[in-house]
Amino acid sequence: MTSIDVSPEPFRLSMLIYDTRFRSLTIQTVAVLLFMLAAAWLVNNTVQNLNALGKDFDFGFLSSRAGYDINQALIPYTNDSTHGRAALVGILNTLLVALLGCTFATIIGVLAGVLRLSTNWVVAKLAAAYVEGFRNVPVLLWIFTIMAVITESAPAPSAFRGDTATASMLFSDSVAITNRGLYMPWPVWGPGWHLVVATFVLSLIAIILFGRYAKKRQEETGEILPTLWIKLGLFFIPTLLIDFVMGSPITLAYPVLERFNFVGGGFVDKALIALVVALSLYTGAFIAENVRAGILAISKGQTEAANALGLRPNRTMSLVVLPQAMRIIIPPLISQYLNLTKNSSLAIAVGYMDVRATLGGITMNQTGRELECMLLLMGFYLVVSLAISSLMNWYNSSVSLKER
Amino acid sequence: MVDTTFVRTQMIEPEQAPGASVGAVRWARENLFSNWLNSVLTLLSLFAVYWLIAHIGPWFRHAVWNAGSLQECRSIIQATWGEGATGACFAVIRERWKQYLFGFYPADLYWRPTLTFFLMLAALAPLLFSGLPRRTMWFSVAFPGVAYWLLWGGSIFVPLGIYAGFVIAYVVHGAISARRPGPLASVAAVVALLIWWLYLVGPVAGVLSGTGIGTLTPVQSNQFGGFTLSLVIGVTGIAFSLPLGVLLALGRRSDMFFVKTICVGFIEFIRGVPLITLLLVASFLLNIFLPPGTNFDIILRVIIMVTLFSAAYMAETIRGGLAALPRGQYEAADALGLDYWKSMRLIIMPQALKISIPGIVNNFIGLFKDTTLVAIIALLDPLGLTTAIRADSNWNGIIWELYGFVALIFFLFCYSMSQYSQYLERKLQTGH
Amino acid sequence: MTEAAREDLKPVNPATLKVSDEIAIEIARMNKWFGQFHVLRDINLTVNRGERIVVCGPSGSGKSTLIRCINRLEEHQKGLIKVDGIELTSDLKNIDKIRSEVGMVFQHFNLFPHLTILENCTLAPIWVRKTPKKEAEEVAMHFLRKVKIPEQAAKYPGQLSGGQQQRVAIARSLCMKPKIMLFDEPTSALDPEMIKEVLDTMIELAQEGMTMICVTHEMGFAQAVANRVIFMDKGQIVEQNEPREFFNNPKSERTKLFLSQILGH
Repeated sequence: MTSIDVSPEPFRLSMLIYDTRFRSLTIQTVAVLLFMLAAAWLVNNTVQNLNALGKDFDFGFLSSRAGYDINQALIPYTNDSTHGRAALVGILNTLLVALLGCTFATIIGVLAGVLRLSTNWVVAKLAAAYVEGFRNVPVLLWIFTIMAVITESAPAPSAFRGDTATASMLFSDSVAITNRGLYMPWPVWGPGWHLVVATFVLSLIAIILFGRYAKKRQEETGEILPTLWIKLGLFFIPTLLIDFVMGSPITLAYPVLERFNFVGGGFVDKALIALVVALSLYTGAFIAENVRAGILAISKGQTEAANALGLRPNRTMSLVVLPQAMRIIIPPLISQYLNLTKNSSLAIAVGYMDVRATLGGITMNQTGRELECMLLLMGFYLVVSLAISSLMNWYNSSVSLKER
Repeated sequence: MVDTTFVRTQMIEPEQAPGASVGAVRWARENLFSNWLNSVLTLLSLFAVYWLIAHIGPWFRHAVWNAGSLQECRSIIQATWGEGATGACFAVIRERWKQYLFGFYPADLYWRPTLTFFLMLAALAPLLFSGLPRRTMWFSVAFPGVAYWLLWGGSIFVPLGIYAGFVIAYVVHGAISARRPGPLASVAAVVALLIWWLYLVGPVAGVLSGTGIGTLTPVQSNQFGGFTLSLVIGVTGIAFSLPLGVLLALGRRSDMFFVKTICVGFIEFIRGVPLITLLLVASFLLNIFLPPGTNFDIILRVIIMVTLFSAAYMAETIRGGLAALPRGQYEAADALGLDYWKSMRLIIMPQALKISIPGIVNNFIGLFKDTTLVAIIALLDPLGLTTAIRADSNWNGIIWELYGFVALIFFLFCYSMSQYSQYLERKLQTGH
Repeated sequence: MTEAAREDLKPVNPATLKVSDEIAIEIARMNKWFGQFHVLRDINLTVNRGERIVVCGPSGSGKSTLIRCINRLEEHQKGLIKVDGIELTSDLKNIDKIRSEVGMVFQHFNLFPHLTILENCTLAPIWVRKTPKKEAEEVAMHFLRKVKIPEQAAKYPGQLSGGQQQRVAIARSLCMKPKIMLFDEPTSALDPEMIKEVLDTMIELAQEGMTMICVTHEMGFAQAVANRVIFMDKGQIVEQNEPREFFNNPKSERTKLFLSQILGH
C-alpha cells in the first residue's frame, strides 16, 4: 500500500457550510447562539417584568411563617411553621401518595393482567372491562368520582350510633369506613416492645440466611428443601412466640365512637384514600396491559421446552417464564410509577395537601412568589423523575439480554 | 422384530370428536368450570356482575328525563316508584348537553364548532387512511386556518395572511436559489416569512377585512367550553406538536453535541414535570417571560404549554419510529446522494411517521384526557362545567349523572381511538 | 435438498446399528382432535429400543403432533400411548416420568435466552433430577464437548449461531440422560451451511444406540441412519418401510407424489 498525501486545501469561507469537517461545527455554533439569544431574551423579559411589578428574586420567604393549616402532616407542623416546612410536609405527602399508589397499582395491575389472560371467559372479560374502563377515562374524573363515592355512599360517623344504627363497623368492630375517612386499629407500643420488634427483624434475617443455606445445600446435595413453608414459619412463629411470652407488649388501640366522632386508633383522611384508590386503579389498568404484554411476549416454545425437560408448571413459571417476562414488564412498570407520581399532583382536586397544593398552591398565592415556587416545584418533580429514570436505566443495563 | 413395512390402501375419513357434551355445555365446562379455582372465580365474577346490576339497574330504570330541577326529579321518582325509591335524573343532561358540547359559545353560532368538527374528520381522513388520493391532503393543510376562522370568527384574511407567508417564503426561496443555489435562499425565505408575519400581516389583513368580505361574528376564547374546548386544546396541541416533535427527535438523534444536548434537555425537562405545573406556568408565569405589556388570553397560553408538553412526548414516539427503521434505509438514502434534509423528508420521515402513527394516536388519547386538567386552572372544560352545574341551585347535589355522562363521552372517544391504534399496530406487524 | 448436497454426511452403515427386541414406544389406535379437526387418525406404531425412525410428510399431515403426543405436549383423546412400559394418562406422575425419559429437540431450539449455555443444560438436572450443581455441570460439559461447543458454555444463546444453538439444545436434552430422543424438524430453521453440523451430531447419537424419532425432510439423513421411514398424510400413517425400499420402490401413490416433489425428480 502506498499512502497518498491529502494536500491541505486552503481555507475558504464557503467551507464552513459545504465541508463536512466544518459544517456540523457551523450548525452547532448557530444553534448555541440562537439558544443563548432566546434564553437571554426570556431572562431579560423576566427581569423587566419583575422590576415593573416591584418584585425581586429571593427564596427568603421559605423561612417566614406559613400561617395556614395542613390537615395531614407526617412531621410536626402547625400554622406557625415556616413555608419551607410546609413545602416539606407537602413533599412527604406527595411521596406518601406515590408510595402507596405504586404499591396498590402494582398489586391490582398484576392481578388484572394475569386475570385478563385467564382461560375463564367471564373473568377475562371482567378484567378487560376494568382495564378499558379505567384507561379511557381521564384520571381527574376518576379522582372526583371516587371522592364522591366516599362522601356520598359511606355513612357518617353518627350512623354508627345507637340502637337504630344504619351502619356497622367491620372486622368485629375494629374498622369503620365513614364519609370522613377510615378509622382503624393502631398499634400501641407497650413496655418490652423492643424485644418483639427485634425478634421480628432477626427472623427476617434468618429467612434470608435460610434461603442462602437452602440454595447452597441444593447445589451440594441436590436436595430441594420446602423453602416456602419454612420461610413462612420463620416469619410468624418466633415473633408470635416472643409476643406471647412477653405478655403481648404490642396491643392495638381500637377506634371508639364518642359524641361526634370516632376517637382512638388510626385515622386515614378520605382525601388520601380517594387519591390513592383512584390513582392506583387508573395506573393499575395500564400496568395490567404491560403485564399482559410481557407474559404474551414469552413464546409458547419456552414453556414447551421446559415441560419437555420435565419441569412442572410452577417451576416452569418461576425458572423460565417469569425471569424473562420481568425483563419486559419492569421498564414500562417503572415509567408507570413515574406517571403515577406526576399524576399525584392532582391531589388538590380532593383537597389533599401535597407539594403542589402547599408550595405550588397556598404558599405561592400568599407570598406572590410565583417564579420561585414554580422553580422549586418543578425542580422537585424533576429530581424525582430523574431518580426514577436512572433506576430504570440501571435496571435495563443490568438485565439486557446478550445478543450477537 | 416388529413388522416394519406397512402400506395404507384405504384412507381414513375424519370422524367426529369424542365427548357427548357439545355446544354451550361443553363451552361452559371448558371455559368456566375447568377446575375448582376457575369455578370459584366464575361464581365470584357472576356474583359481582349480579350485585352491580341489582344496585345500578333500578337507578337506571327509574330515570327521569323531563324535569327542571333535582327536586322535581326526586318528587317524580317518588310519585312513580314509591317512597324511598332512587333514580337517575337525566333531565340535567337533557337541559345542559349543549353546554357540555359548546360551553358558553353563542347558541345561534353552534353551527360553527359543529361544522369545524366534521371538517376536522374530513381533514384527518387522508392522514389516517392511506387509500385516499393525495390531493385531499391539501384540505388537511388548509384546515387549521379554516378552523381558526370558524371557531374564533373575525376576518378570513387573518388566517389567509398567515398562509400567504408560506407562499411568499416559497417564492423568495425559488427566486434566489435559481440565481445562487445554497443556504442563502433558505435564510432569505425565513427572513421574508418573519418580516411578513411580524410587520405586514396585521396591516394588510386589517385593510382587507375593512371590505367586510368573509367576516364572521367574533367569539371570545372565554366563551369556549365543554368538549369543544377539550377538542380545541387536544387537536391543536397534537397538530402543532408534530412538527416540533419531529425536529426534537431529529435533534436528539443528531451527532452534534450541542444540538443533541439542547433537545435532550428540553425533552427530559418536559417529561419530568407534571402537566399541571406547566398549566400553572401558563396561568401565572407565562406573561413574565414575554416582553412587558404582552398579554394574550388564557386558552392560547394553555395551548402553547400543551403543545410544548406533547411535543416532548411526540419526539420520543417519533424517535422510536426512527430507531425502528432498518439501517439500510439510511444508508440507501445516503448512497442516492441525497442531502440530510432531503433524505429525511423523502425517505426516512415518511416511513418513520408511518410506524409511529399508533404511538401518535396513543399520545393524542393521553393528551385528550389530560385536557381535563385545565379545570384546575378554572377553565370550563367538561369537568369544570360539571362543577359549575353542581353549583347551580336547581341541580345542587347531582353527581353520578354528570360524571357518568362525561366519562361515557370520554370513553367512547378514547376507546374507539385506541381500538384504531391497535388495528394499525396489527396491520403494521403483518404488512411490513 | 438433493442427496448430492448431503453426501458429505458422516458415513455410517445402518445395518451395523443394533436394534433390540425390547419395546420402547407403543402407540395403538391413537386419535387426536384439535377442536373438531381430526388431526391424528388411528395411529399404530411400535418402536423398539435402538430404532431410528424418520417421519416425513407434507406440512399439516400431523407428524409434529404425533411426536408431541409422545411426551404429552399434546393430549390424545383416544387410544393408547405407552412409553417405556408406562402408559400416558392424565396422571401427572406418569407424565413426569415419561418426560424425564424422553428428550425433545425443537425446530426453533427454544433455548432459554436468560440463562447461559451451561445453565440451560443444568437447569433440568438440578430441578428435576435433583443432581448436585457440580455434578450437573460436569455432565453438561461432557455433553457440550460431545456436540463440540464446550468453549461456549459461559455465553448466552443469543450470542451463538443457529447451528450452535441447536447443538446446545441437543446437549440440553442429553443432560437428562433420556432413553428416547424426539426431533421436531431440527434443521428446518437453519441456514444450509449449519444443517450439516446438526445432522452429524444426530448421526453420532444414532451410532451410540439412541432410540430416535425424527420428523425431518432431510432424506440424506434418513438414508444414512434410519432403519425405518414413515410417511404421513392427512393425519394417518400412509406407508412405512426400511429406507432403501421406501425411496427406491414406494408403494402408495401419495408417497410417490411426495417423494417426487421433495427430491425434485
